[in-house]
Amino acid sequence: MAENNTTRRSFLKAGLTGAAATIATGAYAEGDPAITEIQPWMQELGEGVDARPYGTPSPFEKHVKRRNVEWLTADPVSSVNFTPLHELDGIITPNGLCFERHHAGIAEVDPAVHRLMINGLVEKELVFTMQDLMRFPRENRVYFLECAANTGMEWRGAQLNGCQFTHGMIHNVMYTGVPLRYILEAAGVKPNGKWILPEGADASGMTRSIPIEKALDDCMVAFKMNGEALRPEQGYPVRLVVPGWEGNMWVKWLRRIEVGDQPWHHREETSKYTDLFKDGRARRFTWEMDAKSVITNPSPQAPITHGKGHTVITGVAWSGRGTIPRVDVTIDGGKNWQKARISGPSFDKSMHRFYFEFDWDGRELLLQSRAHDSTGYVQPTKNELRKVRGENSIYHNNSIQTWYVNEKGVAENVEIS
Amino acid sequence: MSRFLDGRMPYVVCALGFLLAAWLYYWGTGYNEDKFVEIAEQREETQRQLDQRDIKIRDLNLQIREALNAPVPVKLGDPLPETRDYALGRAALQVEVAAWDIDVRPDGKGLPKGRGDVFTGEEVFSENCATCHGDFGEAVDRWPVLAGGHDTLAEEDPVKTIGSYWPYLSTVYDYVYRAMPFGNAQSLSHDDVYAITAYLLYVNDLVEDDFELSHENFGSISLPNEKNFYPDDRATTEYAAFTGEPCMSDCKQSVEITARARVIDVTPEEEGAEKQEVAALDTDQAVSSLVASGERVFRKCRSCHEIGASARNKSGPQLTGILGRKFGSLDNFNYSSAFKQAASEERIWDEASMAAFLAKPKGYLPGTKMGFAGLKKQEDLDAIIAYLKSAGE
Ligand code: HEC
Ligand code: HEC
Repeated sequence: MAENNTTRRSFLKAGLTGAAATIATGAYAEGDPAITEIQPWMQELGEGVDARPYGTPSPFEKHVKRRNVEWLTADPVSSVNFTPLHELDGIITPNGLCFERHHAGIAEVDPAVHRLMINGLVEKELVFTMQDLMRFPRENRVYFLECAANTGMEWRGAQLNGCQFTHGMIHNVMYTGVPLRYILEAAGVKPNGKWILPEGADASGMTRSIPIEKALDDCMVAFKMNGEALRPEQGYPVRLVVPGWEGNMWVKWLRRIEVGDQPWHHREETSKYTDLFKDGRARRFTWEMDAKSVITNPSPQAPITHGKGHTVITGVAWSGRGTIPRVDVTIDGGKNWQKARISGPSFDKSMHRFYFEFDWDGRELLLQSRAHDSTGYVQPTKNELRKVRGENSIYHNNSIQTWYVNEKGVAENVEIS
Repeated sequence: MSRFLDGRMPYVVCALGFLLAAWLYYWGTGYNEDKFVEIAEQREETQRQLDQRDIKIRDLNLQIREALNAPVPVKLGDPLPETRDYALGRAALQVEVAAWDIDVRPDGKGLPKGRGDVFTGEEVFSENCATCHGDFGEAVDRWPVLAGGHDTLAEEDPVKTIGSYWPYLSTVYDYVYRAMPFGNAQSLSHDDVYAITAYLLYVNDLVEDDFELSHENFGSISLPNEKNFYPDDRATTEYAAFTGEPCMSDCKQSVEITARARVIDVTPEEEGAEKQEVAALDTDQAVSSLVASGERVFRKCRSCHEIGASARNKSGPQLTGILGRKFGSLDNFNYSSAFKQAASEERIWDEASMAAFLAKPKGYLPGTKMGFAGLKKQEDLDAIIAYLKSAGE
């Protein structure tokens, strides 16, 4: 059933391209009707400039959207949806497609009454309005945000058919904001101030403990994403940016930062976001996101529909510890690997886009990609990771993903020996 | 003199113009073929040279572009200014810090004064929490389990609860006070949270039923799993193993598929007609502003209730067409005896009873298991009733 559904559109697409191919080979002596016939948009006037004051994608793209996996959570208010990675290219995620994870729904915060408070071990406890915040020097940085639970459903085996669901808890946007350092220095962190506790203004009052070194290094208090105001579901009017570290720490609707001498061990760093190992013990404070990659096309929601011949494989790679100088791709399940071509800017702790072009002979494929990061770390296989961690850690599954592609081009999530 | 010329000027201009035109005509028809061929050839030759120059320039442009595209470090911009005193923000008042700083730490920092016992906790819990978490923390449907799971952490299906997994009791206090009940956060008194925390210890078999928890004895309670957490050690246990030049060719003899997602079949399907109906309903409602603000008020209800054509029961009954419906009338929902009683009396929901119920559910219908404190503002009551009506049509 699921198989039929995920591939329904693909069959449609296949039908269309099939027809186009026949035309190209001259089966229609009269020529391609797409060319010989006048289409409505060639003749009639379109909508005027007032019709779409905030533009939306073409109606032909309406299937491109975030999607939820209902059985994952009890309620859509404390839940997650997924970025449609298989529909995107380049490295920037459009704002409306950035996956959402919130714990008490989308807080609709009025910026006029939003405040940011700094308290605890500081010389001066301070309160800032949004206007105050925007008067600090700003910077622009592109960073990925990945939920630590991304790919968490795949520990025990191949579960979900689509990279949207297996890898879609990630987005990559350009943030505009104030380096957190300026704000903390305005308050004056006391020498025993070793940790910060950012807190959100939503009904979950999200909190996480972050060491002061990270806070003073590259954290940002951001109010813009991809040039426009943060979307409500991404923390409007202001969120914390914690580059390279798990998404849960990037507190949205940021209203307070407390400075302390110890971590707080709050719910999101004890009950959640700790990695349970097979011996029953658990790792905590696993903040950094390890290097990871995934092939987004082809993938189960985006099969190959053009038949054999020249084929473009593409995907994304990222690392919380630096850049991605290299991605390897295999089409035979890891017997032989080749270097993929990375295209687009290579920013620190940002998504990278890779391509691998080859002539498909129409035979079955077992596709994998393998990221190398700038520290020399190489993305491990699923079995290598499971050997160390067991299958119950939920979080931080950065292992290599396999897609099986059959002779028809239909792709499926599998595991291989 | 000037007057004389003024009068004749147009004639003079005309005559000169005629002579010029005649001369041009004569010269123009004096066609010289040799001259033409010679000039045309020169022109062609010049064009050839120009073309070659264009091609050369295009090549050079490409070379320039290639040189620019060569992997050079990405420039991120100029360095940020040095920090200085920007004199931004203002001093936080004590009362403001107190209002927001509610966090509690394992060492007891931030713990407010108060006390509560297991017995009271059971009551408060069953009123505010049990609809989702179950009477004993065992959970209803897929809401989080809060009790049990002892000795399961190393098993195939670990059950992580306050008793089996959480390292610190302070986390329970902090989280319940800050975030629960779901949809009505920060509505409990400190004594209630002490009582609930005591009750959660009790249902996890960590204290006896006569236990009272307070700021005085809080520090003496430790949770059994505390010692089983250790800091991130990936740098020493994993990074070396996952670093280095990997195999690139003839890396394995054969490859078998060992697991397939298709067999498990849990991938969500494309949305059906159901969802669209709800969406259509939403747009109709936007027309009336009272209904629209009622829809906003309904956010307080939707963790437990659905409404609309395709609404289902959640932890609360679905509310489609509730006004005019009999109290507690859904066969497929397990109402409290308070509601069963009202149903047997054939009571019907109208605006007055709805307003009274929603203002103070437990005051209006003692014994109801609806864990909701009530709507305090009259405008919210008016709005929600308008919304409930419109969504029932
Ligand atoms: C309407 C349903 C609902 C009600 C009522 C409710 N909760 Fe919750 N509770 C939730 C949800 C949903 C979560 C998870 C929230 C998240 O994901 O951030 C949760 C999480 C929790 C957790 C953390 C569980 C874990 O394993 O991390 C505790 C503890 C808790 N609730 C206690 C309470 C208490 C005490 C009350 C009553 C005062 C209460 N809840 C009322 C829905 C509810
Ligand atoms: C924490 C969960 C929860 C919340 C929040 C909640 N309810 Fe309820 N509601 C229930 C439960 C459970 C019942 C069944 C009560 C019983 O059986 O005693 C109920 C019953 C009702 C009924 C009676 C239904 C019938 O069939 O007679 C109405 C009406 C109602 N709720 C409206 C609301 C409205 C409106 C809101 C928001 C303003 C709301 N509720 C918030 C859980 C909740």
